[in-house]
Amino acid sequence: MNRIEETFASLKTADRKALIPYIMAGDPDLDTTAALVVELDRRGADLVELGVPFSDPIADGPTIQRAALRALDRGTTLRAIVDTVASIRKQSTIPIVLMTYYNPVLAYGTGDLCRDAARAGVDGLIVPDLPPEEGTELSDACRRYGLTVVFLVAPTSTAARIELVSRHTTGFVYCVSLTGVTGARGKLADGVDAFMAQVRSRTDRPLGLGFGISSPEQAREAARMADGVIVGSAIINEMEAHAGEPDMVRSVGEYVASLRTGIDRETPVPAQG
Amino acid sequence: MTAITLPDQRGHFGIFGGRYVPETLMTALDELLEVYETAKGDPEFEEEFRYYLRDYVGRPSPLYYAERLTQTLGGARIYLKREDLNHTGAHKINNTIGQILLTRRMKKPRVIAETGAGQHGVATATVAARFGLECDVYMGSEDMARQALNVFRMRLMGSRVITVDAGSRTLKDALNEALRDWATNVRHTHYIIGSVAGPHPFPMMVRDFQSVIGREAREQVLEKEGRLPDVLVACVGGGSNAIGLFHPFLGDGVRLVGVEGAGHGLDTGMHAATLGLGTPGVLHGAMSYTGQDANGQIQVAHSISAGLDYPGVGPEHSYLKDSGRAEYVSVTDDEALEAFELLSRVEGIIPALESAHAIAHIARIAPEMDREEVIVAGLSGRGDKDVEQVDGLLAGSEEDAE
Repeated sequence: MNRIEETFASLKTADRKALIPYIMAGDPDLDTTAALVVELDRRGADLVELGVPFSDPIADGPTIQRAALRALDRGTTLRAIVDTVASIRKQSTIPIVLMTYYNPVLAYGTGDLCRDAARAGVDGLIVPDLPPEEGTELSDACRRYGLTVVFLVAPTSTAARIELVSRHTTGFVYCVSLTGVTGARGKLADGVDAFMAQVRSRTDRPLGLGFGISSPEQAREAARMADGVIVGSAIINEMEAHAGEPDMVRSVGEYVASLRTGIDRETPVPAQG
Repeated sequence: MTAITLPDQRGHFGIFGGRYVPETLMTALDELLEVYETAKGDPEFEEEFRYYLRDYVGRPSPLYYAERLTQTLGGARIYLKREDLNHTGAHKINNTIGQILLTRRMKKPRVIAETGAGQHGVATATVAARFGLECDVYMGSEDMARQALNVFRMRLMGSRVITVDAGSRTLKDALNEALRDWATNVRHTHYIIGSVAGPHPFPMMVRDFQSVIGREAREQVLEKEGRLPDVLVACVGGGSNAIGLFHPFLGDGVRLVGVEGAGHGLDTGMHAATLGLGTPGVLHGAMSYTGQDANGQIQVAHSISAGLDYPGVGPEHSYLKDSGRAEYVSVTDDEALEAFELLSRVEGIIPALESAHAIAHIARIAPEMDREEVIVAGLSGRGDKDVEQVDGLLAGSEEDAE
């Protein structure tokens, strides 16, 4: 069992839900990224998604596009991100997954990346433009080096596709809450509970729910349906709001702590309707 | 498996092609494939497609013997496949007719498109108007500036043109934004991709719709010359007009030459020679040659022609390159401009800047060829859209010379 599976297993035993923040590696620079990961860990995150910047992020809305652009302007590379994880490992054991488009993986070399990432202390990969049909090479490489590879399901996925994804994913199933791209939304998408029930009925794997979740209230609502709550754009919005301030990392930490509180708060499930 | 029967079931041309898209789009691609396969075997669809190509587009387009160009260059006999004479002035409408008919079968009320030169955007706006569908076209702001006439056309026909200010503000970024729109509105929107690029089934489907170019050309050249041509030449951005011309000749011994935009020159870093200088990678849903740096970041392409200004290329071209069946060359902005003027002057045909790249390559090879040999060139579009830009460029270079 690797660190991600252990995390979900122990949370389940404790009847708790995972908080999974996403930040863009290299935004505004890799030293800050390292400091942020340590802060997120301290503030109650259970797993961190580190975004790898890509020039053409087709699954991302404006917020993450901007973050990617800032990171690329700083010259951030996948190689440097892997090195940063190695340095983070001196201070934190929080599970880390890289969320990257496929082309930077190909350019690095699938096998080489998995080897180097595993050695640096990365726990897994999420590749949003790689469906399981095209993911054999990556899955094999991840298996060889003990990394999890997380595939995604979406509200448009058929039952057959949910089963296909569940068979190929390791660690957890990434459930895309809405039909669209990443970005903070005012409320959770209509029908997300039915979608999650549908996924739940077809797999025993832990379910992470992401895309659009942007407040402690929404995080709480998401945690009722999922085993893990993924928050990305809202955190980057918070970083942008505090950009250049000396206490930016702490401000982001406070925001993530509020998400933690939101998820953990014991509230009765309101009646439907 | 031979080149003619590709792609395979999953849309692969050798290692190229496939589906590298967010999960949200996978079911829509399955649906599209199914609807397309059903339509392909349906005589009613075939009849409908033919009808609109004939009575609305004006097909067949002529295969014109360019006598004065042939005399001027003094070598092989040159024929031009006149896609510029189609309704809307380019080959793009062959594909948009096909896809709008499929959109109706899928009962989707809205279409979107990306456009570089504006020709595909216009072709999509045209069929959307004809069939009464809502239409949004994504276009980079740089391209909107150099193709203002096409922006006006699209709006006149009732489409919205959405400015894309991200990245290089050209075709690549318009494609990104269209894919994001599609992922958001996929339940009621069909994305009419304009080239043989993107995830399966687009490269296959667009090729099939565009193959009417090569089928007609093959018949016409046999009729006029009594034999197959020696060489086919066509420009390659995404590569739909080239594949459309080449594909019906794949099983013949005809030389196939695709011409990419060399921009300011291959050694300047400012070019669009994706097949010439790129490496295999994944962009916009398919594995193909890609203009990218060592870290897998996509590079900004450059070409004087907005339609060639793209750091990707259709996966079938990548396959044809690696298998050696087709060869790919490039011509610079300056060479394309010379060819633009040459064809205008000696034939009274103003080519699109895209198509001028094919003419420029012919100007290199025709004089070296025998007078009995035959070249067929894809004249993919007319140049009206480009005259303002070229006028500005020529005025600029005259000023430089003074």
